[in-house]
Amino acid sequence: MSTEEQPSCACGETTGGAQPASGATGCLRDEHGQPIPLDPAHVIEDRFFHDDVPPHAVGVVTIPGEMPLTSGECIADVHVAYETWGSLDETGSNAVLVCHALTGDSHVASGEDQPPAGLPKPTGVAPKSSNAHGGEADADGEAYGSPGWWSGLIGPGKAIDTHKYFVICTNVLGGCSGTTGPLSPNPERTQSTIDPASPDDRYGPDFPFINVEDMVEVEFRALDQLGIKHLLAVVGGSLGGMQTLVWAREHPDRVSACMAVATTWHSTPQNIAFDEVGRRAIMHDPRFSDGRYRDEEPPANGLAIARMVGHITYLSDESMDYKFGRRLVGDEREYTFHKEFQVESYLEHQGYKFVDRFDANSYLYLTRAIDYYALGPSLEAVTEEYRDTKVRFLMLSFSSDWLYPTSQLHELAEALSRAQAEVSFAEIEAPNGHDAFLLETKRQSRYAKGFLDANYERDLTQGVGAATPYARRRTKTPDDQDAPDAPAMRGGGADA
Amino acid sequence: MPSQLRADLMDIAMAIPEKSRVLDLGCGDGDLLAYLRDERGCVVRGVEIDEEHVMEAVAQGVPVMRADLDDGLAMYQDQSFDYVVLSMALQEVRHPAALMTEILRVGRHALVSYPNFAHWRVRWYLMLKGRMPVSKHIPYSWHETPSIHHTTIPDFAELVGQVGGVVENSLYLASDSTGESREVHSFPRWRAESVIALVGRPRCEGSGAEGSGARS
Repeated sequence: MSTEEQPSCACGETTGGAQPASGATGCLRDEHGQPIPLDPAHVIEDRFFHDDVPPHAVGVVTIPGEMPLTSGECIADVHVAYETWGSLDETGSNAVLVCHALTGDSHVASGEDQPPAGLPKPTGVAPKSSNAHGGEADADGEAYGSPGWWSGLIGPGKAIDTHKYFVICTNVLGGCSGTTGPLSPNPERTQSTIDPASPDDRYGPDFPFINVEDMVEVEFRALDQLGIKHLLAVVGGSLGGMQTLVWAREHPDRVSACMAVATTWHSTPQNIAFDEVGRRAIMHDPRFSDGRYRDEEPPANGLAIARMVGHITYLSDESMDYKFGRRLVGDEREYTFHKEFQVESYLEHQGYKFVDRFDANSYLYLTRAIDYYALGPSLEAVTEEYRDTKVRFLMLSFSSDWLYPTSQLHELAEALSRAQAEVSFAEIEAPNGHDAFLLETKRQSRYAKGFLDANYERDLTQGVGAATPYARRRTKTPDDQDAPDAPAMRGGGADA
Repeated sequence: MPSQLRADLMDIAMAIPEKSRVLDLGCGDGDLLAYLRDERGCVVRGVEIDEEHVMEAVAQGVPVMRADLDDGLAMYQDQSFDYVVLSMALQEVRHPAALMTEILRVGRHALVSYPNFAHWRVRWYLMLKGRMPVSKHIPYSWHETPSIHHTTIPDFAELVGQVGGVVENSLYLASDSTGESREVHSFPRWRAESVIALVGRPRCEGSGAEGSGARS
């Protein structure tokens, strides 16, 4: 199904029988006010506590023509699969882009779980929703109406309230959940016969190398296509957090606020080292076949090991001790090398479960992009990059996250403060390691809600953002305030 | 929106000119900064350690760093603020001298409020009972109090001098019989319960000196 052929506005269509009480505001419109077609089959009404549950839509947008990549290569006709919740308001001032993490996807909040249509969907790799790392928060076996990976934060009445905000989440470039990546048909190979299911016709290992900057550029162009000209906020954790920071650097005039969670200003040697172990495991799997493996025979062992290594970095010593201790699978030691400890069994389970939903080539390209990621060669350079930026930042780290420890984000917060940026920074106490950004919702919600609401108010007050100044909420203007004069202190007199 | 600013914060707010760049150390829920931003057009930043307060400040749209004042102010450049506010927090930090040095590094002026430990009631309590005073203003016993560095008006001035600053002006306050805070005009060392001191760097007379003047 081609999105271009759909004449109707997505919000006008419902499949659940209920009519959206919010009327016709729930659609995207281009600059001429014409509705931009979403896939109407995927506008879902999920009635929960509210009669007027914000609409949820799934769609694909194509970026026409060639797009240059930071590596110097180009990529053509990038498809971007995305999901949205809520409605873009008339002035376009309530859009919030959520960026997902390494192995996450666009399913950030709950809503009927339909894969975007019109995409190459090879057998063997069935993109389905999951949390960003498939960690403890995994929702096994919930295929439809499943909670999103940040359902605790995003939804009707939640911190990022989809009644108030228009939330959009795109699948990342190079991933395997619908947006162009190694699984997509390679235009250079599919001139004559197009068989996207055939590994020979896909990019596979011929996919160009990408950077986080390219992911952001794809998101930027996709939003342009959708008619979203301004973002109230870009929000994300881990790799998603990196994207938010790049967004703020590259498009400061398009973003009011940036919320970066559990992330870093550059990948450290330790980060790169762990990624490299994972990639080695994949590439040395005999089934890898230089990246031209078939769907029936993916490099499952390699990918599972990569996932196991990654998974260790998402947990903490404390959370592993709590979860597994030194407990054995059986009653007593068996003196074998075969998963005797519960932690081994758990990791193996996580590893092989991951194989069912993730593509090995994607894992290689995405981890490489993370390795390359650095906002600047030094903190001093980062300060200069963001000098006098108007973007407002909220950075949150977690006390037990050793993958992207507090010190990394704190350094960045300091560097941006020196750049005169408005930066809020806080470390949240949580025992879950890096995964805390998916699991700890109580305090994250408080921060996110306060930050978003304050920035929304501020945009309205100052008339910045996509909106022309249509609302002057405050009655006082700088001209008519009863100017308190001079810094004279109440008293005076010499010091005692 | 800041409704009613606490009286002691209002005293500080009144001392800050419009459009100043203000850093509030131990900014609490950000009330003072939100007021200065909204009513005085100031550019504001805060530092606060209590998580609940940090959340409230963020919700007021006040940029706040959750940090310990004893860790210094590395996130701010030299002389990047017109005013640095330290409201009733000096007595709670471990290294007051180090903090005052940092404050004078990042700010042209500081507004520091502190309780006066030489108030006559404290002296009277010590003299009569010979024990550490516990009162409405000093509600904790000596081993529990977060106020680990009590000071007095001349002692504070001495500290400021040691770190290369000078007390340019002071507001002496004491509560009257109704509990309302009043300015004290005579015998402040005896009568002031708290003090708001405007601290600057000694500089050559003349307008526009940027705090780089000669130190004495």
